[in-house]
Amino acid sequence: MIHSHLPVIWAGIIGFAVFAYVLMDGFDLGIGILFPVFAVGEERDQAMNSIAPVWDGNETWLVLGGGGLFAAFPLAYAIILPATYPLIIAMLLGLVFRGVAFEFRWRDPAHRVYWDAAFTLGSLTATIAQGITLGAVLQGIRVEHNAYAGGWLDWLSPFSLLTGASLVLGYALLGASWLIWKTEGAAQAHARRMAFVLGIATLIAMAAVSAATPFLHYDYWQRWFSLPGVFLTSQIPLLVLITAAVFFWGLRRGSERVPFLMVLALFFLNFLGLGVSVYPYLVPRAVTIWDAAAPAQSQQFMLVGTAVIFPIIIGYTAWAYWVFRGKAGAHGYH
Amino acid sequence: MLDHLNPVVLARAQFAFTVSFHFIFPAFSIGLASYLMVLEALWLKTGQSLYLDLFKYWVKIFAVVFGMGVVSGIVMSYQFGTNWSVYSHRVGPIVGPLMAYEVLTAFFLEAGFLGVMLFGMTKVGKSLHFFATCMVALGTLISATWIISANSWMQTPVGFVINADGQFVPLGSWWPIVFNPSFPYRLVHTVIGAYLTTALTVGGVGAWHLLRDSANPHARTMFSMAMWMAALVAPLQILAGDTQGLNTLEHQPLKVLAMEGDYEPSPHGAPLILFGLPTSTDDSVHDRLEIPNIGSLILRHDLHAPVPGLKDFSRDKWPPVPVVFWSFRIMVGLGLAIFGLGLWSLVARACRRLYAWPWLHRAAVLLGPAGFFAVIAGWVTTEVGRQPYTVYGQLLTADSHSPLAAPAVATSLVVFVVVYFTVFGAGTGYLLRMMRRPPMPHEDELPGTPHHAGFTPHHGIKPAEAP
Repeated sequence: MIHSHLPVIWAGIIGFAVFAYVLMDGFDLGIGILFPVFAVGEERDQAMNSIAPVWDGNETWLVLGGGGLFAAFPLAYAIILPATYPLIIAMLLGLVFRGVAFEFRWRDPAHRVYWDAAFTLGSLTATIAQGITLGAVLQGIRVEHNAYAGGWLDWLSPFSLLTGASLVLGYALLGASWLIWKTEGAAQAHARRMAFVLGIATLIAMAAVSAATPFLHYDYWQRWFSLPGVFLTSQIPLLVLITAAVFFWGLRRGSERVPFLMVLALFFLNFLGLGVSVYPYLVPRAVTIWDAAAPAQSQQFMLVGTAVIFPIIIGYTAWAYWVFRGKAGAHGYH
Repeated sequence: MLDHLNPVVLARAQFAFTVSFHFIFPAFSIGLASYLMVLEALWLKTGQSLYLDLFKYWVKIFAVVFGMGVVSGIVMSYQFGTNWSVYSHRVGPIVGPLMAYEVLTAFFLEAGFLGVMLFGMTKVGKSLHFFATCMVALGTLISATWIISANSWMQTPVGFVINADGQFVPLGSWWPIVFNPSFPYRLVHTVIGAYLTTALTVGGVGAWHLLRDSANPHARTMFSMAMWMAALVAPLQILAGDTQGLNTLEHQPLKVLAMEGDYEPSPHGAPLILFGLPTSTDDSVHDRLEIPNIGSLILRHDLHAPVPGLKDFSRDKWPPVPVVFWSFRIMVGLGLAIFGLGLWSLVARACRRLYAWPWLHRAAVLLGPAGFFAVIAGWVTTEVGRQPYTVYGQLLTADSHSPLAAPAVATSLVVFVVVYFTVFGAGTGYLLRMMRRPPMPHEDELPGTPHHAGFTPHHGIKPAEAP
C-alpha cells in the first residue's frame, strides 16, 4: 500500500532537505557575500560569530539533499550532476574556501584579510553555482537512454544566469535580515539599511524569474495560467506581495525578527512556486519522480530510519540554535 | 588539446586525489573526538584542571581538522554523480541508502553537537557539554561504520539481484548487505587505524614538548596516554590486519596475491617476499628478498599450504600489482615501527625513563605523522586492489563513469589539486603552529567562545587585537 506512495514521500523529504538547506545555509552564504561591506573588526567578528556554531549543521542539509537524491532517485542524480558538472565542482570548491575560513581567519591574524576574501569569494561562487543550477534544471536537460546527452556547457543561458544572480540577492537578503536579529548597535543599523535595498532588489529579481519561467516550456505556462488552476496559483504572487509589505513594515518599525521571518516566508513561497512549475518531474519534462525512483525496498528501508531519526535531528538542531540564542557579540555570545 | 586526454583516467585520478586527501582528516578526527571525550571525562571525574587544559588545547586543533574534513567530505558526496553517474544509477539503490543513513545518523549528530562542544562550555554547563562531546565522538564512529559498510559491500557484494534497468537491487533482507562478509574486519582495522593515528600525533606532540621541557606536566600526560595506546593497540591492529588478510584471501584472492607479489602459484607453500621489484613486463618480482614458506604461514596459518598465483587468473582481472605491492609494504612497515615504539615505551616505563629518554622522544616525534601515511597506504592497497572493478567481480570501473567531457574533468582536476594543496596546506601549517606551542595552565578557549565578565579574551591567539 505504502509502496505506491514511496516516491512521493521521498520527493517530499528531499524537497524538505533542499529547502532547509536553502534557508539555513542561505543566511550563512549571504553573510559571506556581504562580508566585504562590513567594517573590519567588530562588525565582521559579530557577523562571523553569529553563524560559527551552526554553519556546519546547516551545510549538512546539502549532503542530505545530494545523498538523498543518490539513494532515493539514483537516475535523477545520475542525470543532473553530469549535466551541471562545472557548476557542481565550482560550488564544492566555493564551499571549501567558505568552510575553512571560519577557523583559519582566527588562526592567522596576519593573513586574516585573505581568509576573509576567501570567505566572500567562496560564498559567492557557491551561491552563483547553486542559482545557475536551479535555472539549468528548470530550463530542461537533454536526456537520452536514461543518461545525460548534452555538452558540458549546456547549462549556460541568459535564464540560468538570471537565476544565479537572483539567488545571490536572495541569500544576501537572508543574511542581512539574520544579522538584524543577531547583532546590535552600528552593525545592526547597517544590516537594516542593507536589508531594505536587498529587499527591493530581490523582489525585482523574483518578478523577472517568475515572468521568464512560463516562457521556458508551454507546460509551465499551462500550470500557472490554465483555468481553473489559475485561481489557486495566483494566490502565490498575492501572498508574495503581502509578505513583502509586512517585511518593509517590520523593517521600518525597527522590529528585530519580523524581517527575517518574512524573508523565510518569501523563500517558502518561491519554493512553492517552483513546485507548481516542476511537479512531478525531477528533471523537468524528461524524468518524473516515478521514473527515477529507486526500488521500493531501498526507499522503504530508508524511510523506516528517516521516520525515527528526522524528529530527533530536528529536536537537537533546534536545541543547538536555542543554546546560541540572543545577540552574537564580537567576542562570542553573551 | 585537452580532448586527447582519457577522461576516465582523469576521473579516476580526481577521485583518488580527493578521497585520499579527505581520508586524512577523518582518520585524525575519529580518534581525536574519542580522545577529547576521555580527557573531558577525566576532568569531570578527577577535577584536575590539567585535563581541562589538554581538552582545550586539542579541541582547538579538532575544530580545524573537523572543518577540513567536512568541506573535503561534501566533495565526495557529489563526485559520485559528476564523474561516476553510471555507477550511481546502477549501484544507488544499494550504496545510496547506506550513505543516506550515514548522513542521518552521523553527520547531523556531529554537526548538531559540534557547536555546543566548541563554543558552548559556559552556555550549557559541564554535564550537557560532556554529553555534546560524547555525541560528536559517537557520530564519528557511526559515520565510519556506515561508510565502511558501503565500501565493503563494493569489495564483497552480496544480497543483491540485477533488475531490468541494470540496477543492483536488494534481494531481500538488508542485513546481509550491511553486514557483508568483509565489513566487520575492515571496520575494526580502520577504526583502530584511526585511533593509532591520533595516538601517534598526540604522542609526537607530547614528545616534542618533552624534548624542550621534560618536566612539563601537560606534555607528560599526553605522551604517557599516547604511548599506552601505541603499546596496547598496535598489537591488536596487527591481529586485526591479519584476520582481514585471511578474509580478503577468501573473497578477493587477487588482491592478496598482488599484495604478496605472488605471480606464480606455490603448490608447496608460498614464500614471504619482504622486498623486491614487481615488474609487469615479465610478471615477476626482481631482486627479491624472501623467506621460504612464511607466506603460507601468514595466509593459511600452515607452512606447506598451497597458495595460488596471479597467473592462475585471467590477466584482465588483475589489479595493478606494483601499486598494491608497494602500498601494502609501506603500511606494514609503518605498522611494525609503531609496534616497536609501543614496546620501547613499555621498556622506558619499566625503567622509569618514560619522560627522560630523549631518543624515545625523538622516535615518537619522527613517527608522529606515521599513522597518516599508514592509513593512506592501507586505503590505496584495498582500493587499488579492488581494480579493475568498482563493485568487485560485478561492475567494471571502465563501465562506471559519466558521459565525461575531457576538458571539464581535466580542468576540475587541476583546480582541485591547486585548491587542496593551498587550502589544506595552509590548514596543516596552522595545525603545526598550534602544536608547536605547549599546552598551558588555563589554556585559551576557541575564538568566538562566550566569556563571563572579567575574563581576558583569548590572549596569545590574537595578539594584534590585544588591548
